[in-house]
Amino acid sequence: MKRRVGIVGVGQTHHRSKNTDCNGQELISIAVKMALENAELTMADIDAIVIGNMDHFESINYVDMWSVDGSGGYMKPIMKVTTGGTTGSAIGHAGFYHAASGLFDTVLVIGWEQNSESDTTAAISTCFDPITEREYSAGAIGPLAAHYIAYMSKYAATEEDAALVSVRDHNNAALYNPYAHLRQTIAVEDVMRSAYISYPIKLLDMCPRTDGACAVIFASEKKARKITERPAWILGVGDCHILVHLADGIGLANLPSLEIAAREAYEMAGITDPFNQIDVAELYIPASTAGVSWMEALGLCEEGGGPRLIRSGVTNMGGKLPINPSGGVLATNPIGATGLLRIGEAALQVMGKAEKKQVEGAKVAVATGFGGCFWSDVTVLSSLPGLD
Amino acid sequence: MEKVGIIGVAQTKYQRYNPASHAESAYEVTSKSLEDAGLTIDDIDNTITVCNDFWDGRTISSMTITEATGSHKSPTTNVEGDGTYGALMGLMRLLSGLHEITLVVAQSKISEGIPSVITNAIFDPIYERMLGLDAINSAALQMRSYMSKYGVTEEQCAKVSVKNHKNAKANPYAHLAMDITVEDVLKSRVLADPIKLLDTSPISDGACAIIMARERTAKRKHGKPIWIKGVGHCADAYHLGDRDLAEVDALASAAKRAYKMAGIRSPLKQVHVAEVYDAFSYMELMWMEGLGLCGRGKAGAMVDSGLTEMGGALPINPSGGVLSAHAVQVAGLARIAETVLQLRGEAGDRQVDGASTALAHGIEGACGQGHCVFILGK
Repeated sequence: MKRRVGIVGVGQTHHRSKNTDCNGQELISIAVKMALENAELTMADIDAIVIGNMDHFESINYVDMWSVDGSGGYMKPIMKVTTGGTTGSAIGHAGFYHAASGLFDTVLVIGWEQNSESDTTAAISTCFDPITEREYSAGAIGPLAAHYIAYMSKYAATEEDAALVSVRDHNNAALYNPYAHLRQTIAVEDVMRSAYISYPIKLLDMCPRTDGACAVIFASEKKARKITERPAWILGVGDCHILVHLADGIGLANLPSLEIAAREAYEMAGITDPFNQIDVAELYIPASTAGVSWMEALGLCEEGGGPRLIRSGVTNMGGKLPINPSGGVLATNPIGATGLLRIGEAALQVMGKAEKKQVEGAKVAVATGFGGCFWSDVTVLSSLPGLD
Repeated sequence: MEKVGIIGVAQTKYQRYNPASHAESAYEVTSKSLEDAGLTIDDIDNTITVCNDFWDGRTISSMTITEATGSHKSPTTNVEGDGTYGALMGLMRLLSGLHEITLVVAQSKISEGIPSVITNAIFDPIYERMLGLDAINSAALQMRSYMSKYGVTEEQCAKVSVKNHKNAKANPYAHLAMDITVEDVLKSRVLADPIKLLDTSPISDGACAIIMARERTAKRKHGKPIWIKGVGHCADAYHLGDRDLAEVDALASAAKRAYKMAGIRSPLKQVHVAEVYDAFSYMELMWMEGLGLCGRGKAGAMVDSGLTEMGGALPINPSGGVLSAHAVQVAGLARIAETVLQLRGEAGDRQVDGASTALAHGIEGACGQGHCVFILGK
């Protein structure tokens, strides 16, 4: 990497099901102000802005232009990036490239969504091909369900394994994250007794849809060092947006895009033994089932080892590799912000600013994004500018 | 800025209705730009698509062309905005040193949509959308405001339309190439006073792709790389009422940044050809002023003098511009592709002799709220 880039500030709103006390621009403004405060900067310090959401959730065209009243983008360079569910991680990576290019020193990245303004599943369904796929496709839940059916039959995983992930993430949100949307302490029996929405996925296995925003400030090395003693350095980025036709892809028990994106990001970061080198992970797990089946794609266990990893408890708080101390996507899902929240939460961990969520001594963190048609983005962050 | 060269460009013919699907158009320009660069898809190590869910009529619209652009093989992201912003994202990826060759693809199939509905969605849903604002009637407010503040006339705007449609006759990709007179423009149907049909760009289906590479790779892979010398982008306020619509502050700021990077102090003298985003005839005049090619309110007189015509000191839109082919999202990228052809000396009948520095420009949002300016050179 020619130029190092670090995260110097993170902000987010209090996430909830329906935000009734302010409009979208104001929601954005809350996250931006908090990120600026977190970095001890003002809007005058920001050289460029990247923003992202999914158009049809709010039905506002050219959100980059619309948002300037909330983003502080008046008379500044601003650009929109959007890639579906991976939008949050894609804008994080775009912010990284803004600073890594040398064109901008301090870059504000904003992800947001007011999902309550639309029918999320109906809006997602229009992503499918109008001729061959749309008639039988209904949002994101069905493909994820089919994916775990394939995984269970291939690797002897169970619905209870997925329930363990749901319990872990929901309880982390309830105990440690004041900003999370769903903050309830639950047990495996609660998950197992909740209603099926698409077998084997039950209500408590699935992420909510959320109103919320997140803002993260990226800075070039020189600026980052001036702003804070301990930035979260970006050591690696990888993105893989393979086109998957549902008719081809849903039989897959694994997630090739995550494997490829992780390989790229790990290679850039110098990670060869992810399970031992990574201290904490913030993963875009849209359904608890994926929290079992995608662990191997990240190199955290052997093929088919997801159930073993989850049952062992090492991914719980206090374990060797805590996953989603924030409660993750199962607790909070403002879609355009969701991937950026993973990067922001991972950054707070390695900056030592995660408060009650803090994993003690966390030096290396990984964040992921998921979306599109089984697309993945991976980011590796560290309190150190490079791994030895 | 480290040197990045453009080594491949391709466009489809722009037309009112192209039966090709989104993916087929994207595939056509991807293949042709690779051919133009003498590369194969295996040489591309990252891809930027430019898709917008409103114009494409579906969520995660980039899914429609990821396969056709070969992005299954390499990292891909999607910029939603004008094609110039996509090119800028591609440039940043190369400048980071993490990628060598970027493919940028934009496509548009507006024939499947209703532009007035899609552009109505640009406006605030509570305060403005119900007024029926869209791209055309908001531009009418801007044109009126510009004319009354600076004394520019409808005739002077009409001259831009006459010039650009005539230029389009030398551009095989153009959608509307025709000989018209100022009188034809003035007598054409009023769409939203003072904007008339012939002041307005058409609705075009089409696609464009460019391939850019870091210096060493660009030199090794291509005989005539065209170098990116400078770039700048900037956004004005959102609500039309918060802006003085006759002013061009955001463009001036974007241009200032691009000029500084490219070492341009006197743009009128140092730029030899410009392709600007003339979605409406008056816009070319306003953008000339924002780009510092003349003083405020002086663009009308500059057009009267013939300086911006083919053969003039600074030909603007030799391709016929956006007035002659307007594939939204694509149009700014097409401006870059056209200037690359100019600088290579491969612009055919629309070639500006001896051009060695060129300007390409894209806009974003209503009434040019956002601008992106590229300076390219041999």
